[in-house]
Amino acid sequence: MKKRRRQIIAGSIFFILAIISGSYNEIAELVLFSVSYVIVGGEIVVKAVRNISRGQVFDENFLMSVATIGAFAIGEYPEGVAVMLFYMVGETFQSYAVDKSRKSIASLMDIRPDYANVKQGDELVRTDPDEVKIGDLIVIKAGEKVPLDGKVIEGSTMLNTSALTGESLPREVNAGSEVLSGCININGVITVEVSKEFEESTVSKILDLVENASSKKSNSEQFITKFARYYTPVVVIIAVLLAVIPPLVVKGATFADWIYRALAFLVVSCPCALVVSIPLSFFGGIGGASKRGVLVKGGNYLEALAKTAVVVFDKTGTLTKGVFNVQQIQAQGISEQELLELSAYAESYSNHPISMSLKHAFGQDIDNSRISDVEEISGHGVIAVVDGRKVTAGNHRLMEKLGVPYYKGELIGTVIHVAVDNAYAGYIVIADEMKEDAARAIKELKASGIRQTVMLTGDTQSVGQKAGKDLGIDQIYTELLPGDKVDKLETLLAQKPEKTNLAFVGDGINDAPVLARADIGIAMGSLGSDAAIEAADVVIMTDEPSKIVTAIKISQKTLKIANQNIIFSLAVKAAVLILSAAGLATLWEAVFADVGVTIIAILNSFRALNV
Amino acid sequence: MKKTFLLEGLDCANCAAKMEKAINALDGVSRATVNFMTTKLVIEGEDEKMAGIIEAAKKVVKNTEPDVVMKKA
Repeated sequence: MKKRRRQIIAGSIFFILAIISGSYNEIAELVLFSVSYVIVGGEIVVKAVRNISRGQVFDENFLMSVATIGAFAIGEYPEGVAVMLFYMVGETFQSYAVDKSRKSIASLMDIRPDYANVKQGDELVRTDPDEVKIGDLIVIKAGEKVPLDGKVIEGSTMLNTSALTGESLPREVNAGSEVLSGCININGVITVEVSKEFEESTVSKILDLVENASSKKSNSEQFITKFARYYTPVVVIIAVLLAVIPPLVVKGATFADWIYRALAFLVVSCPCALVVSIPLSFFGGIGGASKRGVLVKGGNYLEALAKTAVVVFDKTGTLTKGVFNVQQIQAQGISEQELLELSAYAESYSNHPISMSLKHAFGQDIDNSRISDVEEISGHGVIAVVDGRKVTAGNHRLMEKLGVPYYKGELIGTVIHVAVDNAYAGYIVIADEMKEDAARAIKELKASGIRQTVMLTGDTQSVGQKAGKDLGIDQIYTELLPGDKVDKLETLLAQKPEKTNLAFVGDGINDAPVLARADIGIAMGSLGSDAAIEAADVVIMTDEPSKIVTAIKISQKTLKIANQNIIFSLAVKAAVLILSAAGLATLWEAVFADVGVTIIAILNSFRALNV
Repeated sequence: MKKTFLLEGLDCANCAAKMEKAINALDGVSRATVNFMTTKLVIEGEDEKMAGIIEAAKKVVKNTEPDVVMKKA
């Protein structure tokens, strides 16, 4: 890089000197131009010769050499040098841009831990994370990265997960919590029992995924590579024909004039601007997405995502939190708090998710001495004596069995009716809670051009319909068994508008077949779940559905940038070709256009990174 | 068998595409990708021919861009 810069500067000085001396002494001018040319382009000519001997004919070194030496041969010295000079400027800028982009992604992905403090007896040994085994105890101090996945044995701290999730809010962990490698320990000291080897740990999986992402090339990339393969030879052949045929056929046409026109062809024959700006855009898009906690497995998926028209959601765990919570307490004759307390006590012996959520809502410790004579009636509920009163808590069947009149209106969710001493005391509704950003996500999806949103769920008609309608989802399919989801997806795939894609969003744990079947499988909230990372094309590291909108917006922007680059570069090249063939463009203009378009395309592709 | 290499000094996207095409055409290679942005070359091919493939790939790299060094990742 530095060497190239020195060459350009020295070459430019001689170039300017040559132009100044041109008006005084022609020989001095020629000498100075030649010196400038050798400084800037000597290396290119050497490379060209070397590559020809290796069988690489149409390579850009060769083309540039021919174009510039040709210009010299017909006496256009300044042009000859200028073409080489600007070509080098363009190349330098290109390397600089590529280098910068590579570095910015590398820093983005600077989550690789350097060491782990392994506990051996009373001592801490700094070990390469690669060598730590499952079951080893490691100590993570404040400011250090969590090197391997594991479970906290001792201590508590706040973890910064932003490198993994894009989430800025720190997460609190205590003894018993799972920790994922790649997080940064903010304040406390924790001892962690390693549960996965380094290679299987989250950080390795993510790095691997991002680093290998762009090996799956998008259609635009493939198009450009293919185009480049034909573009150069075609332009060169036309150049040759242009140099030779008109002077022989057309009266009054001179070789000098037509060779000059042909040289302009050679100047724009290098496809590098095009070839570099497209992968740069996609790389930027993938990098920008991972910065926001969205991992895209390849340029092709980013491209597919931009053409999404239908988004199909799984409900539980995707749009809802997947944890059951008390939604509504309707007491009759006693206070709401008392109703909750009595039912939590009555259910306290059970480990059923419903009882857990009752206990969770109650929020206080259960004093076992207050309960006696617990009787669980399978499929109905529970009867227990709490503080000397007979509490009956269960579904409507239990109430009917006891002959207690109960509230019969329609309720959404699982309803627990409670009777105290055989008198109806009210009901508690327990349901899966919507994620905070679910409704906003659906709304924004529509605003960003998604034509249809669909929800698939195994829930009952009433629960599913209500949830879907609240969120503003277009089509809702309820009471589906896991196998039905694939069938339903097939139907939806057949119905989607042509040339658009269908994305399926699931939590990735039991949706693998559906994820695989959809045009784009998006797994979310799946930090640390290998199955999801394997099956999905796009992995959302947090559990926010609104990240789907982020992903789609990034993809649309990236694709737009890539298309702008393709169209703009092709248009400029075509314009230069036409103008030079007609004798309207000078070599100066050709080289300015060619280098300029490279620089603009590269700068444009940088925008993809900053989304 | 899948082997990954680093192409140090890879500077020209068009050359990367040329290398990819040439390595894909080598005998025994089922799939080869050159990732210009991460400068990674991934070769998938038959186990017994791998040694030969690697040698041939090195030659391809050298011929396409002489300044690039192919290293084991």
